[in-house]
Amino acid sequence: MSGGLDLVSLGVIVAGALVLLSALAAVVRIVRGPSILDRLIATDVLISCLMLGLGVEMVMNGHTRTIPLLVALAATAMFGTIAVARYVTKQDRAERERLEREQAERNAAEAAALSAQEGEGA
Amino acid sequence: MSLDLILDALTALCLVLAGALSALAGIGLLRYPDALSRLHAATKPQILGLAFVLAAIALHDRHWTTLLALAPVLLFQVLTTPISGHMVGRAGYRTGNYSRDLLVADELVDDIDRADTGRPDTGRPDTGRPES
Repeated sequence: MSGGLDLVSLGVIVAGALVLLSALAAVVRIVRGPSILDRLIATDVLISCLMLGLGVEMVMNGHTRTIPLLVALAATAMFGTIAVARYVTKQDRAERERLEREQAERNAAEAAALSAQEGEGA
Repeated sequence: MSLDLILDALTALCLVLAGALSALAGIGLLRYPDALSRLHAATKPQILGLAFVLAAIALHDRHWTTLLALAPVLLFQVLTTPISGHMVGRAGYRTGNYSRDLLVADELVDDIDRADTGRPDTGRPDTGRPES
């Protein structure tokens, strides 16, 4: 029996370390971005890491008291994601169009400068 | 080799598999190049990793009532995760948060073209041949 208990403790330690690693990676991705969608996906991963961590803790301490928390998280975690995903569309498209416009203006200015230079040379 | 030992070994195996899926999601988040690839990596622990952890809890606790309490967790997760994943993927496609050279096929662009040119939707895949 004691060997079996050690097996479970070993699994808890390994799983806890891996979940922690994943949570840290998600935090790094939230900080680095680059777009809001990447941050949204990383937040989802952070929530699932939280749920996995709660489960691992339940196995570690041998109780089932946080199962209601898991139910609530599983039922409501999608609302934030859907809300942000609805609004990311317009904002990001406007941002991209602004960047493209600026790039086109810069290209036109460069072309004008180049043609002026050629005119001087000739 | 008692039953307790087998169940404990299964518990440890489920925990390690769940942790491995979670770590894979984290590595995928860090190393994949665009949002849609990251979405692919990120959705793995949300269903299968959670299922492994719930199995570990049930195997560790060994009560039928615990199994009954765990069932709604997986049910809600299976219902809600595809919706949020779909919404993120849709927003990612529409805002161009992906690199085109990584795509193998883009079936949606055919439908968008058809909608833009005003041709009626035949409900069949576009074969590229003119309609007879």
